[in-house]
Amino acid sequence: MKSKHQRLILALAALVAIIAAGLLAASALKDEAAYFYVPNDVKTKGVEPGKAVRLGGMVEKGSLRHEADGVTIRFTVTDGKAQVAVTFKGIAPDLFREGSGVVAEGAFDTQGTFVASNLLAKHDERYMPREMEGMQYDETTHQMKGAPKP
Amino acid sequence: MIAELGLGALWLAAALALLQLVLSALGLGKGRAELLSGVRPVAVAQAVLIALSFGSLITLFLRSDMSVLLVAMNSHSAKPWLYKFAGTWGNHEGSMLLWVTVMGLAGALVALLERTLKRETHMATLGAQAAISLGFYAFLLFASNPFARLNPAAPDGQGLNPLLQDPGLAFHPPTLYLGYVGLSVAFSFAVGALLTRTVDASFARAMRPWVLGAWVLLTIGITAGSYWAYYELGWGGWWFWDPVENASLMPWLAATALLHSVTVLATRDALRAWTIMLAVVAFSMSMVGTFLVRSGILTSVHAFAVDPERGTFILGLLAIYIGGALALFGLRVGTVREGRQFEAMSRETLLVVNNLLLTVILGVVLVGTLYPLMTEAFGHKVSVGPPYFNAVAGPIALVLMLAMVAGPLTRWRRDVPRVVGGRMLWPTGLMLGTASALAVAAWGRIGVLPFLGLVVAVGVALGSLIPLTKRNLRRTPLFTYGMVLAHLGCAVSLGGMAAESAFTAEKLVAMQPGESVEAAGWRVRFDKVMPLAGPNWVAMQADMAVSRGGDETFLHPQNRFFSDPPTNTTESAILTTWRGQLYIVLGDRLEDGRWQMRIWWKPFVTLIWLGGFMIAAGGVLTLIGRERRGWMLKVRKIRAGEWA
Repeated sequence: MKSKHQRLILALAALVAIIAAGLLAASALKDEAAYFYVPNDVKTKGVEPGKAVRLGGMVEKGSLRHEADGVTIRFTVTDGKAQVAVTFKGIAPDLFREGSGVVAEGAFDTQGTFVASNLLAKHDERYMPREMEGMQYDETTHQMKGAPKP
Repeated sequence: MIAELGLGALWLAAALALLQLVLSALGLGKGRAELLSGVRPVAVAQAVLIALSFGSLITLFLRSDMSVLLVAMNSHSAKPWLYKFAGTWGNHEGSMLLWVTVMGLAGALVALLERTLKRETHMATLGAQAAISLGFYAFLLFASNPFARLNPAAPDGQGLNPLLQDPGLAFHPPTLYLGYVGLSVAFSFAVGALLTRTVDASFARAMRPWVLGAWVLLTIGITAGSYWAYYELGWGGWWFWDPVENASLMPWLAATALLHSVTVLATRDALRAWTIMLAVVAFSMSMVGTFLVRSGILTSVHAFAVDPERGTFILGLLAIYIGGALALFGLRVGTVREGRQFEAMSRETLLVVNNLLLTVILGVVLVGTLYPLMTEAFGHKVSVGPPYFNAVAGPIALVLMLAMVAGPLTRWRRDVPRVVGGRMLWPTGLMLGTASALAVAAWGRIGVLPFLGLVVAVGVALGSLIPLTKRNLRRTPLFTYGMVLAHLGCAVSLGGMAAESAFTAEKLVAMQPGESVEAAGWRVRFDKVMPLAGPNWVAMQADMAVSRGGDETFLHPQNRFFSDPPTNTTESAILTTWRGQLYIVLGDRLEDGRWQMRIWWKPFVTLIWLGGFMIAAGGVLTLIGRERRGWMLKVRKIRAGEWA
């Protein structure tokens, strides 16, 4: 790099690095970004099994079951229009309960059950998953109000 | 009264920052040099006033003065005093006040201690510093007044989020803020040098301690924050690629690049414009970080209060600062003369490679962090998590680690590729050996990235020590030891990360009291669960007896319930041995009386944080070494002068 153009070469190298970062990021994001679905989207659009997604909605009242091993739970997530069966192995978050909001991270298996690897529940009075903002479960009609639009 | 005193001091400090900016601008621009003599005293007075203001807020929190809105919203009279104290900055307004306080104190330090810069550059630096502070003062005074009164006063206060009630809170955010502010000082130096056209090696030597200091603090902040999240969240993970974590990682990546390029500029007077650009990027990243954390615009496990309007204000500030800095760079970069040249095979080139790879990682993290925001504008809700970041940033980081071995083994200016290759012989051989051994022992059982991570960690650990061979260790300068320690720390940390992801064993069970379970060679017996009361919480605490062949040790994981505000937290119990950590989380009680338990054995996980602290310690050694050498040279010059 003894040429007079060392500075130019450096500037080009920086440019190439930035473009490479952008391209790398864009191509990886296409595969790895997890889209957010509510049960009705799953019903209408369908989600490929094995693809990492986030599923949001309310834990349907009366749907929560514990398996015999004590650490696997099954429940139904609803947005008032459709339901999705979810299974989760692990310790559920403290504020996870029937009738409250949940965002499950995971993927569908081939039977159409959502296998959650992580559950996010309303964390405290002031924190909740962003997708759940404005959602409320109506006790009398068993419908969700203010469900997020995907 | 104290609240009014604090607010008054804040207004006065803001006014002095404005005065500082005006004095330096007029002094430099209009040629009225006599005005410049006022800049330093004003900077010091501003620091005193802002410290007074922050002190007032601390006093209000310690006294639990519930007639102040911020205290009532974020504190509780029943909290232990440490958390009342730390609660001062465990909220939006308080943390922004901490920001400007640290900034003001840093400004006073630059005013008092800096002696090597040319006077004009020094004054321009202080002017830039004042301009940055002004934005934050405006933000505090107009959009987040920490001293607003509450009438009538609240009886008890709402309390601090229990997850934040931890000694970690007392130190983690201030450390990061100190780092961010250090980068803002480095940025001010860059602006000062650009404005007065003095971008050269002596400017780099003046800026370097600030970059080093900021980088050390960011390293400590990130390392401590990672350990804090690891034991406090109870999820067993040490890095979640969460936006708030990325917000601290991005300035660190930029600061790491800047640290290396400023060394090239100081030692070899090359990479002038490049270093200035990196200073701009590093500061921009710390502003982006502040924006992401403070606006709550992104979902985060660490974000608590969300306020979009304040986000808009910070976004405005961000646009002004970054836009202004880039515009100044664009206008003035032409006046920066080209530095000294170097050959393609030289330490400079390898440091450029370091800079480029760090920039690529930074870009990838930035895009991944902001992508959910961009897609939301088009109506898609998306989240980007570990699969993306690990897959993209991981391999680039490994290549970067290899360049890290080669860098110190290559001479400045010019070297012979074959000779450098020869110096790399031992690390390369060791890596090949480790790869074969590991392939035989664990093929198919560990992922590609952890496999490569272990191999590279071993090679880097050896390679980082080579600069100490074949030289007199007692005459080796302290900063060389600093570099070796920091690079070794990278290897140690990488080894910990790779070992943790490759060999972690997990057991998830429901147990009756009295039952035992085997997990990764450990025998874990669950004795009983007892209720327990703390100062402002009640808990269920399990008694667990764990052993690995020898004596039993007792661990006590808890489920805590806080009443103000009503929240549950999980307190994991961790047993640390030299070989790793046994990590136990107590889950829920089932109807049949069993309790859920999550048990992890994480081999060598502690190396992650040990490595982090080694990196920071290496930075401290370098800082001391460089400063001491500068001081010794000065003393020698003075003596030579006297004797001449």
